[in-house]
Amino acid sequence: MRVLQLEINGDAREVAAHDHWTLLEVLRYSLGLVGSKQGCDKGDCGSCTVLFDGKPVLSCLTLAASAVGHQVTTIEGLAPKPTGTLQPVLDPVQVAFNDCGALQCGFCQPGMMLSARALLNTNAEPSREEIHQALSGNLCRCTGYTQIVQAVETAVARIAQGDGASASNDGAAGHSPPDGGVPA
Amino acid sequence: MSARDQHGLAAPHGEFQIIGKPQRKIDGAAKATGSALYTDDLTLPGMLHAKTLRSPHPHARIVSIDTSAAQALPGVHGVITGKDLPTPYGVIPWTPDETALAVDKVRFIGDEVAAVAAVDEDTALRALELIQVEYEVLHSYQDPKEALERDEPTIHQNKRGDNVSKRVKLDFGEVDQAFETSPVVIKGDYSFHGSTHAAIEPHCALAQVDGDGLLTLWSATQITHYVHRALSSVLDLAPHRIRVIQPAIGGAFGGKSDPFSLEFCVAKLAQITGRPVKMLWTREEVFYAHRGRHPMEMQYSLAANEDGKIQGVDARILIDGGSYSSFGLVTTYYSGQLLTGPYDFPTYRFDSTRVFTNKPPCGPKRGHGSVQPRFAFEVQLDELAEKLSIDPIELRRRNSLGPQTKTVNGQRITSCGFDECLLQVEEASDWKNKRQSLGSGKGVGVAGSMYITGTNYPIYPNEMPQAGIQIKVDRSGVVTVFSGANDIGQGSSSMVAYVVAEELGLTLDMLRVVAADTDLCPVDLGAYSSRVTFMVGNAAIDASRKLRKLVVGSLAKHWDVEERRVRLVKGEALDLEDPERHMTMAEAFQIAEVEHDTLGATGSYNTPTLGGDYRGGSIGASPAYSFSAHVVEVEVDEETGRIDVQEVWCAHDCGKALNPILVSGQIEGSVYMGIAEALYEHHQTNRFGLHSGPSLLDYPLATTLDTPEIKSLIVESNDPEGPYGAKEAGEGPLHSAIPALSNAIFDAVGIRLRHLPFTPDVVLRALREKRANDNQAPSPGSDA
Repeated sequence: MRVLQLEINGDAREVAAHDHWTLLEVLRYSLGLVGSKQGCDKGDCGSCTVLFDGKPVLSCLTLAASAVGHQVTTIEGLAPKPTGTLQPVLDPVQVAFNDCGALQCGFCQPGMMLSARALLNTNAEPSREEIHQALSGNLCRCTGYTQIVQAVETAVARIAQGDGASASNDGAAGHSPPDGGVPA
Repeated sequence: MSARDQHGLAAPHGEFQIIGKPQRKIDGAAKATGSALYTDDLTLPGMLHAKTLRSPHPHARIVSIDTSAAQALPGVHGVITGKDLPTPYGVIPWTPDETALAVDKVRFIGDEVAAVAAVDEDTALRALELIQVEYEVLHSYQDPKEALERDEPTIHQNKRGDNVSKRVKLDFGEVDQAFETSPVVIKGDYSFHGSTHAAIEPHCALAQVDGDGLLTLWSATQITHYVHRALSSVLDLAPHRIRVIQPAIGGAFGGKSDPFSLEFCVAKLAQITGRPVKMLWTREEVFYAHRGRHPMEMQYSLAANEDGKIQGVDARILIDGGSYSSFGLVTTYYSGQLLTGPYDFPTYRFDSTRVFTNKPPCGPKRGHGSVQPRFAFEVQLDELAEKLSIDPIELRRRNSLGPQTKTVNGQRITSCGFDECLLQVEEASDWKNKRQSLGSGKGVGVAGSMYITGTNYPIYPNEMPQAGIQIKVDRSGVVTVFSGANDIGQGSSSMVAYVVAEELGLTLDMLRVVAADTDLCPVDLGAYSSRVTFMVGNAAIDASRKLRKLVVGSLAKHWDVEERRVRLVKGEALDLEDPERHMTMAEAFQIAEVEHDTLGATGSYNTPTLGGDYRGGSIGASPAYSFSAHVVEVEVDEETGRIDVQEVWCAHDCGKALNPILVSGQIEGSVYMGIAEALYEHHQTNRFGLHSGPSLLDYPLATTLDTPEIKSLIVESNDPEGPYGAKEAGEGPLHSAIPALSNAIFDAVGIRLRHLPFTPDVVLRALREKRANDNQAPSPGSDA
């Protein structure tokens, strides 16, 4: 057991962990960040994907101690806080996943959305093939991936138009996807 | 209003505001932000963690169990074995052959033997190692044919003293005569390997017993109501002392339909220890728990006229059930009963036998019991088209049953958009230009299918409604809908919200849906057999219209106008003839509350009397049937045997798409699942009964790179009894994907794949055989 100084979603967190604990165990059991999911605990499904400095890693195969020194982003921290505010605004990826039907059971989607965010961090205009490549480590059993890929493409298009986070937290209008927001 | 009343197709007033339009799901934002809570996300103060000891033998008698060392381990708070939970149960009341933990016998590697609750999982796992079990190993059955022929030892005790789980033999019309008099007869052997659900969320359950002894169970189940009933029986606790709640669930696909061992174990351990107890299965345990698609060996014979009109179908099916009954009685019926559309055949016989083997138990997986026969039959139809040189789509069209008809086994067909499905896939895929003309290694194939939209067989016989809805109205304008239905990701709670919002003129942010909580919600029979949209949707319309009548009546009095002038729309109440007169729905509800006292309403749905007049005639009888057609385009690499599915077009008749985004999602997910289980997946055990690869690496799920382009085409036949005309979309669109793939491979390279899965070694062997045959005797069309 040792005390780890971690940076999770922009917060400095101090957590005591056994040496053999994975980052996923620390996130879920010590820090209450249960948005990262355990689907297999063997690195096969991708549901536990988090970002290390913007790059995707499997938190179930990552020892908690090795997260020290990295900026860790989980699904709870995917929505960024614009400079000067404390109110998070949903990432265009989250908005598009919600608009396009990509969230069926939703269990694999925290990892999927983080993989999509990692792709967009390095590639603002990914081709469909590049999207397929970037998401190929995240298994989804519900969607057949079609609406997931549509969601990523929708997020890309909206970011290019500068309106990626539109209507994201708007309660009254929040249930109807904007016209044209859903690819045919 | 009676539960059986039909509600019609039209919008409650004017044009649809919500129904039929793309909408977000009501839990979409929670899932997008990672805040949706699944069972394993829940923790309670003082919670213990439980683990299960499993059998290392496929078939053995338990001579003794010694748990004393485990009990003595510090940190262990509870140890239970079969004697603590001896009451047998089974989801089908006629076949209660399971116990929460093995009593006397284990029947497959992985069968549950004991459970431990401890301060953490590591301690619980150490305790499992200290439990001493002495087994007397018995002969194990891994081959269903052996289980059919050999009686001793029996896996379960039955009156016949054999290993048969269920046999169903039904005859409709003069089958033998049809075969004697028909000019064309095709016979063939087909087989379906096993596959499993592999929902990404493993099974998990959490139990708490409060100071008064009231038990609450949170579980990743898709049928809260049956878990509730089974818990009451096994724990010998009155049902009103038990509450079952389904939190958000990470996929199910039929794999969370049975009551499972862990649900009883955490409940019992919570009772014993007085502390909350959680159990989360590992991925390996989920593979052993299984309840997936049954392997079937199928012999089909098809009699037809020269014009391709089907005259008779004769099927013999051997079903490998694995070690327990599960839904097997229904599976056995479904293997025959659900084949009788979308085609008109005058005579039909099936003889299906489900046997027990010492393997993980099979159960219902998306397209329960009918995906396998559909594969065999649709490939055989393709063979008929080949033999008669008829376009396979044209052949299917000639045999199409059509709307307002009756199947050979007495099932009532109301709406039927199958012809439109065929037309849509034919046009969208450019079928006419592609068939037999794509060139080397490339081809297209077609298949069709039909599936139930719920069934009038409610698992345990009763006359009560199959679905119920309760609506509560708050003076703030918020309307809370209580629905017993399990939202398993398909969006059933959203569907309920869409319906109630449409009927009461609300915006979706004014709706709350409380679902799948047995203390709070009226009974619903659960998320299986594609019943929820049809039945719960109708119940929601029923409840909403009762409530709307009260509100509209009160407003008409309040404004002193005729009721027809009062309209509820987009969160407001309006007078159609006086634009100045309007108010918020909150104000409208308050006016109605003054007249009627506290506002609320209930609604129900029950099926009409359906089914053929014979034993089992109601199994597979549905208030409405969905229809699908698939065209699959493939490229086969003749060097490596690798099949590349390039594109799949699926047209599905869902009656009416209440939310087209969700319907497309169901179609795409079904196509993906069908294609993936045909190409990659194989749930199998080796000759010792050991699973061949219980991980998501060894049991490979298709990734984004393996999944073809899928084009979903929605066909709306507007069912007269569905909510606004809706039927199912969650299971039907899987069926014909698999035979269409086989038929496309035939079009591409001329090999007829009658046995799943279509792995590269299978393809290469078939190609080699074809080349050998071509060299020996070049006579086309003689492979039947």
